[in-house]
Amino acid sequence: MTGGATDTVARPLLELTGITKRYGDLLANDDVSLRVAPGEVVAMLGENGAGKSTLMKVVYGLVRPDAGTVAVDGRPLDISSPKDAMAAGIGMVTQEFSLVETMTVTDNVALSGTGLGRVDRAETRRRVVEAMERVGVSLDPDRLVGSLSIGERQRVEIVKALFHDCRVVILDEPTAVLTPQDVRALFETVRRLRTAGLGILVVSHKLREVAEISDRVVVLRRGRLVGDRVTATVRDEELAALMMGGSTDEVAAATATPAAEPSELEAAVGMEVPTDQPAASATTTAASPTPGTTTGTTTGTTGEPVLRLTGLTVSRGGRDLLSGIDLAVRAGEIVGLAGVSGNGQTELVEVLSGTLPVTSGTLEVDGQDVTSADVGRRLAAGLGRLTEDRRGSVVPQMSVEQNLVLEDLPAYTRRGLLDRKAVRAHAEAMIERFDIRARPADAVATLSGGNMQKVLLARALARRPRVLVVAQPTRGLDIGAYRYVHQQLDELRTEGAGVLLVSEDLDELRALSDRVVVLFRGEVVGEMPVAEASPDRLGVLMAGGGSS
Amino acid sequence: MSINLLALIGAMLTIATPLVWAGIGELITERSGVLNLSIEGTMYLGAFIGFLAAARSGSPWVGLLAAVVSGVVAGALMAFFVVTLGLNQHVSGLGLTLLLIAICEFTFRLLYAGDRPTLDDKFAVLFRGTDVLAQHWLTYVGFLVLAPVTWWVLRSTGLGMRLHAVGESFEAADVAGISVTATRYVALMVGSALMAIGGAFLTLAVLGSFTLDIVSGRGWVCIALVIFARWRVWPAVLGALIFAGMDALQLQLAITSAFDAVPGELMLALPYLAVIAALAIGGRTVRYPGSYLKAYRRA
Repeated sequence: MTGGATDTVARPLLELTGITKRYGDLLANDDVSLRVAPGEVVAMLGENGAGKSTLMKVVYGLVRPDAGTVAVDGRPLDISSPKDAMAAGIGMVTQEFSLVETMTVTDNVALSGTGLGRVDRAETRRRVVEAMERVGVSLDPDRLVGSLSIGERQRVEIVKALFHDCRVVILDEPTAVLTPQDVRALFETVRRLRTAGLGILVVSHKLREVAEISDRVVVLRRGRLVGDRVTATVRDEELAALMMGGSTDEVAAATATPAAEPSELEAAVGMEVPTDQPAASATTTAASPTPGTTTGTTTGTTGEPVLRLTGLTVSRGGRDLLSGIDLAVRAGEIVGLAGVSGNGQTELVEVLSGTLPVTSGTLEVDGQDVTSADVGRRLAAGLGRLTEDRRGSVVPQMSVEQNLVLEDLPAYTRRGLLDRKAVRAHAEAMIERFDIRARPADAVATLSGGNMQKVLLARALARRPRVLVVAQPTRGLDIGAYRYVHQQLDELRTEGAGVLLVSEDLDELRALSDRVVVLFRGEVVGEMPVAEASPDRLGVLMAGGGSS
Repeated sequence: MSINLLALIGAMLTIATPLVWAGIGELITERSGVLNLSIEGTMYLGAFIGFLAAARSGSPWVGLLAAVVSGVVAGALMAFFVVTLGLNQHVSGLGLTLLLIAICEFTFRLLYAGDRPTLDDKFAVLFRGTDVLAQHWLTYVGFLVLAPVTWWVLRSTGLGMRLHAVGESFEAADVAGISVTATRYVALMVGSALMAIGGAFLTLAVLGSFTLDIVSGRGWVCIALVIFARWRVWPAVLGALIFAGMDALQLQLAITSAFDAVPGELMLALPYLAVIAALAIGGRTVRYPGSYLKAYRRA
């Protein structure tokens, strides 16, 4: 791939110099300089909002920097579109794939760079297969991308970069949506790219990945590059400290506190702590006690079922979205629902909420049959829910106080008129109790994700539900809000309510749940106490390995 | 009662011709993710401008050329609204339809106050004297050239792939270096030109004159046909033939004495009822193109 063998080490493939980008008052990137050598894997760590995405967009021509240059092979480039980036040999695999679902793998890989005239599909297909073989990816080139799994789609993206002779490949949060098995396959592919002499930049907020795959780590915080370390010799605590801006000692202390909840440190640095990876576990043993032991797991003291699904089936257009789900959540327990997204979790939450009708089977909340009940009667029966679509669960233009009483209007109405004093009083009480950083009259649209989630949590918990269904409760939240939500769910369990926790974050599931249930293609394919729910075992089940 | 089957097929092909031209035009613009509701107005514009140019020059060829140019301009205008300005596609399309029809009617009344002008020279019928094959050249070209060529372009060329990518996922197209703006402009201009030809067929080939109700909803029928066909060329042609067949049938039945008792309006409504029925049966589970109705803005 690379020409001169002697000077390749000295000359970086990709070099960013003094990249600065300002959005109004916010300095998204502040004088960032970075080099990636051929055959080197560089990891870029940083919390949400640290400026990683902006930097990647600059490199890929989607955002124009205010200052600074991007150079490939020592030549400064003028990149103003993804096309320019690709022409310069930079390939990017983003979190949201840039694929056309109704096209085949071949067409997707070849899309960019196709002229206007006749397409020689046989020749293109041959070249695509060749590119796949080079990185050890096996995919049917004729399949429609829409029929591929998330992991497979990511491989299509990587093949795409290679197909266009990219010499630098940027992977943006590549493992965010993958099963552990897919992650392993991805890392294998990355190693092959490295051996082939490509430069690789992995953007991530997960320490485990960084430790496993990279040669060098750079840390971004508040738009600035605050650290550049060799992976083999750096301690996780040091990286965490760089990301958070605290001192190393502080984080190390938090890490070493024996009683610390396992979710605490993960939350604190927004990362996954290795729990069963022998290679990395030595450095973080203190941070990873057996999951479930410290969050006050109360298996054994759980009570009557507060949520019970029996043979629950939902079909649409002749296809089963959910088939024969048997599941019970008892008072005082948290049941975690694992699964790769798109395997029926969203539908299950919708069915429980009452927005998707049941085809057959029954659904009971606290002993009452609510199979065909409307939303109001379900809430009255003791169901609370927090769906993954935060913005869809509030009316953004309405105020905090109005959103708080939206599900309970009759209680705040006198002779057909809204009792504004009662609404205000309720809002003030909730703001106090749930530490919502907003005033009652603020529009919900102006709140941060964390505060919006607190509003929803307040609304759901104010009704004292017997069972709470929550989906992706911490997605996109900052550290403080993340911990807060976990703490609230834990308290709810202590108070004797049941919780069904749907999450794609395995660490979250393992930290909070008493039992874990795995959903695959709309069926329950596994159920186990949390102590037996290792990521490997869950991964096999999530990928369909448990169903015969 | 007697129905002449060959004459029925002949009439069906003639009636289907403007639907094939305009329908394929609509199909091309919708493949790029733009619902072009200006189709009714663009067909009207093509019919009027075609007639006007042919009447002034004495040549239907000049009329056809003028119609094509007017279609390209209408398409560019629509593209300016929904692509450059990013306006709502429904509102822009309906507004443009109302505007174009109003301009044409106004101009027509100004120029021909009260007259019923006819063209001295219109497109001749080929193979005169036969039942089925006595058709205008635009009919032959529509079925035998336009449809297969469009099908091939969409399926086997880079142009077709670009259109597909922009219509399904414009983010992916953008990242692949395909200009969403340029692709949609081209699709709208080419598609609208085909719509104008569909309209001009009515004045330059069939009637040889212009009337105020010349298009009478054929554009809307095309919108339904494209959805019915799920954005595929041959099903759209088939849909046009079914609609035209129903129309030809009701024309024949209306002149047979057996249907004297049936109100004429009901007979006229027959093909439209067929379209509604087809959409009700086949259109319910349609998967629309991914970027349908959306304007593209880089984040």
